Amino acid sequence: MDMIVQMLPQLLIDGLTLGFVYAIVALGYTMVYGILEFINFAHSEIFMVGAFAGTETLLFLQSAGYLENMPAPLALFLAVGVGIILSGLLGVTVERIAYKPVRHAPKLVAFISAIGVSFFLQDAVRLIEGLWKNAFYLSTPQLFDSSIQIMDTMKIPVKVIYIVAIAIVMMVALSLFVGKHKWGKAMRTVAQDKDTAALVGINVDAVISLTFLIGAGLGGAAGTLFSVQYTLISPYVGFILGMKAFTAAVLGGIGSIPGAMLGGLLLGLVEVFGAAFLGIATGGVIGAEYKDVLAFTILIIILIFKPSGLLGKAVVEKV
Amino acid sequence: MDTIKNYFRLIKEKQLIQLVLIFLAPILFYLFSKSSIIFLLFLASLFLLYRIRLDMKIKGIVALLDLLLIIPLAGLENSYYLGIITQIVIYAVLAIGLNVVIGFAGLLDLGYVGFYAVGAYLYAFFATSQANNVIPESIYQFPLSGNWFWLFLPLALIVSAGMGVLLGLPVLRLKGDYLAIVTLGFAEIIRIILNNADKPINLTNGPKGLTPVKPPEIFGIVMNQPIHFYFIVLVLFVIVFISAYRLDHSRIGRAWAAIREDELAARTMGIPLVRMKLLAFATGAGFAGMMGVVFAARQTFVDPSSFGFMESIGILAMVIMGGMGNIRGVIVGAAAVVILQLHLLKELSTFLTQLSVSGILYIPSQLDPAKYEKLVFGLILILMCVFRPKGLMPAKRTMELIKGFRKKLTKESLS
Repeated sequence: MDMIVQMLPQLLIDGLTLGFVYAIVALGYTMVYGILEFINFAHSEIFMVGAFAGTETLLFLQSAGYLENMPAPLALFLAVGVGIILSGLLGVTVERIAYKPVRHAPKLVAFISAIGVSFFLQDAVRLIEGLWKNAFYLSTPQLFDSSIQIMDTMKIPVKVIYIVAIAIVMMVALSLFVGKHKWGKAMRTVAQDKDTAALVGINVDAVISLTFLIGAGLGGAAGTLFSVQYTLISPYVGFILGMKAFTAAVLGGIGSIPGAMLGGLLLGLVEVFGAAFLGIATGGVIGAEYKDVLAFTILIIILIFKPSGLLGKAVVEKV
Repeated sequence: MDTIKNYFRLIKEKQLIQLVLIFLAPILFYLFSKSSIIFLLFLASLFLLYRIRLDMKIKGIVALLDLLLIIPLAGLENSYYLGIITQIVIYAVLAIGLNVVIGFAGLLDLGYVGFYAVGAYLYAFFATSQANNVIPESIYQFPLSGNWFWLFLPLALIVSAGMGVLLGLPVLRLKGDYLAIVTLGFAEIIRIILNNADKPINLTNGPKGLTPVKPPEIFGIVMNQPIHFYFIVLVLFVIVFISAYRLDHSRIGRAWAAIREDELAARTMGIPLVRMKLLAFATGAGFAGMMGVVFAARQTFVDPSSFGFMESIGILAMVIMGGMGNIRGVIVGAAAVVILQLHLLKELSTFLTQLSVSGILYIPSQLDPAKYEKLVFGLILILMCVFRPKGLMPAKRTMELIKGFRKKLTKESLS
């Protein structure tokens, strides 16, 4: 029992860090779903591209010799910035090429197209990195190596503080944008009713592009933060993480922005605690290797019993 | 003689070339069973044989000759192409099964390969000594003999269909893409369990997999040659093809079509939604489970990595490419994808490597086309969705077609 109590603070920090990454990725799923009622299956690959963009930026800074001389937060901001820009542009491009032509086709077609994009991007990144670096598993340079000791059993690494701070700033900015800004209002209108939105003079196509830009940009930022935190990335890193972020979005109520944040944090905590305690609880029969099963089981259970999620509104089918 | 003359009078020039191809290609394939181009030509001739307008009797005879004589004879010479053809038939059966779920009933099932894994592990578990970890050797000394293979085909069908019903009951209330994600999660769960169920009791032997799986046996003959599996798979293919065809044209098939086109309207017409969806789900799952047994017996080795998401997407690509809802279409889709994956990409790889080795052109090893299946599949899916969402051979009975027919009728009545 003592061991569990001692582990608790550290697990809390790990869980929250992972939870913030999930939350930002979940925002991308939820925003696109809110507007198009479409699961952007390729969002996990946008995240992965963000991770590569950020890592490549840091590697470039390192090889050019700037990384040692510049303050670490600046390097982090630069990497996140590059991640946001590249992923955001990629998101808009993908929407134009693969989703816009099938917007009026049956939903199944759009979803399958998204699966195609996801597969294409995985191998495209692998190809590019393979030709460029001759390896497609990259390790991200260490940015902050100090940590702050709070209790005997609790140590917060400095990079976690920066990661969480950036995540919170982005979430607040997004909430303000969607809540107050003119374009944010337009986004909410389009989410409610595309045709009426078009009638009152909203450029629906532009709003959809903007949604993809913001959602993908957030995904890219999350990717960079993820690579800084876990320091090893591959083209296939997005798949499982994307599934979990989607679970988080569903858990919070898909289409709901605060829901995605809450769902992400909850799922991060559940996963870290689950991985730690599954083995203890079952006497070693089921261990941490089943933590992915845990996330999927949660997804299935929510979808069956409360498909609207924690903060989402129940959708009534109109005839 | 007169009838034959009549045929020739009807035949146009274009058809003449096709006819020549249909009769010539099998002979060429028999004579030059090692040439890659002639192999492709032979497959093209099989496709043409289906498309060409000809007396059904002649078509049937040529088809039977091709399938039962030419392929086995050429296969004895060159088992590589026989392997590819067997693979095509296996995937055609899987694609027909997935087509029942996606094409007929309109349920996007991304966990299809999970059922395939269930069938494969079911047979592999009992046809290796693995079962002795649960059942003591004093009761029975595993592995089971190859004769049990035949029993395991229907058994796996039933078990997988049962699993399909169990999974379907809770999740079939979900719509479209939600269902896709849940089934995808289910397949991942199965894979993770297979990967880790080597403790506390060693059931699946974890990532190392189960081997050696006993080959099938009949009347004392051990069937472990490629040619044997070709015939096993062909028989199963015929059974599955006929069942899927009959299902599509039955009351059940019409109910599926109604659900696919408009769920609400179907419910209003009194179609039992849940039961029909479960039936589609279970049918597809059953076919996949049955082929899983064949997979285990053919490979003599099963491990969790054979049942990844990639496999599901490969089968999905076959269905999308061929045309959702059209059984013949998905067979063509299966052939196209398998040839692309197993044959063309590999040939291209060896060709490029040869170029590199001989120093004509330097191609980095990272550019090896065989490593980029996902890229190719991804492109196929995107291009098909954007340009031909109904596939190469679209299904006939869909809402859009009926709408088009209605439009034509109104136009005629107006004029």
